[in-house]
Amino acid sequence: MLTLRCPYCGVDADETDLHGEGQAHLKREGPGSSDEDFEDYLFMRENPKGVHFERWRHAYGCGKYFHAARCTNTLQVFGTYSAQTLEPPQDIKDKISDARPGWSWGTFK
Amino acid sequence: MSEAISALNGKMAAGEVTVREAGLRGMLILRGDLSDKKLRRVCTELTGAKFPEQGQANCDGDKGLCWMSPDELLVLVPYAEAAQAVATVETALSGTHFLAENVSDARAVIFVEGAFCREVIAKLAPVDLHPDTFQPGDFRRTRLGQVAAAFWMQDDDTFAVICFRSVAEYTFDLLVASAKAGRVGAFSTPD
Repeated sequence: MLTLRCPYCGVDADETDLHGEGQAHLKREGPGSSDEDFEDYLFMRENPKGVHFERWRHAYGCGKYFHAARCTNTLQVFGTYSAQTLEPPQDIKDKISDARPGWSWGTFK
Repeated sequence: MSEAISALNGKMAAGEVTVREAGLRGMLILRGDLSDKKLRRVCTELTGAKFPEQGQANCDGDKGLCWMSPDELLVLVPYAEAAQAVATVETALSGTHFLAENVSDARAVIFVEGAFCREVIAKLAPVDLHPDTFQPGDFRRTRLGQVAAAFWMQDDDTFAVICFRSVAEYTFDLLVASAKAGRVGAFSTPD
């Protein structure tokens, strides 16, 4: 069972308290973007076996969206952080580097 | 105006752990900047309660303040004073960005009272209710069985549960079933 700490409530929320909202750090491609970029934004997703960044919502709690960094292979959670950011905070990246040296995900490493 | 009746009209199921609907309770939902001095002052003046920290509820009798989220507060007042309380908040906070709404009739409050009330709740919610991590004054929004609910501990033998009015009967029956199924003994020291 996946347990994530909501960065807004500070509580350890069980998976059933949360709602998965897919991949984190998507860059929206709106009007004026090329068809190719728009298609990538709509459909193309990371599907890693290992380090992954996801968006979650504390649906039964505060209702806020947050981001989680975790391993899809071992279910290890590296940390959760505010969704008001364009990339994972350095301390989360450091924790991942400690556990998975040489990791990369999209443009992050 | 028609006579107001709470969701379960004070229904009670007595037992080793008693489940009891609280009857009419005044509740305000208040969204805004919880660090705002004016907001904090009007809330504490309305309820006489200390302003709650993250994940806390400060309640005494019909009155209290519960921390719902970083920008949301549940204000408990006597039922008859709820409409006036909204007006008081609106006057105090006019000009700032906030939302205050009287939700008294949209919710139900249920008390769970008795020696193993902690276990009655623990069987239904995905929350660590061990005495080391959940204490009187702690407040949690989560689910009970299949519905959204919030609860806090008033004292060692009493939980207060808040749920939507439409699911009050389900929540009540669920709590009664959990109480009836008896003690598990997961938290208790051997006696």
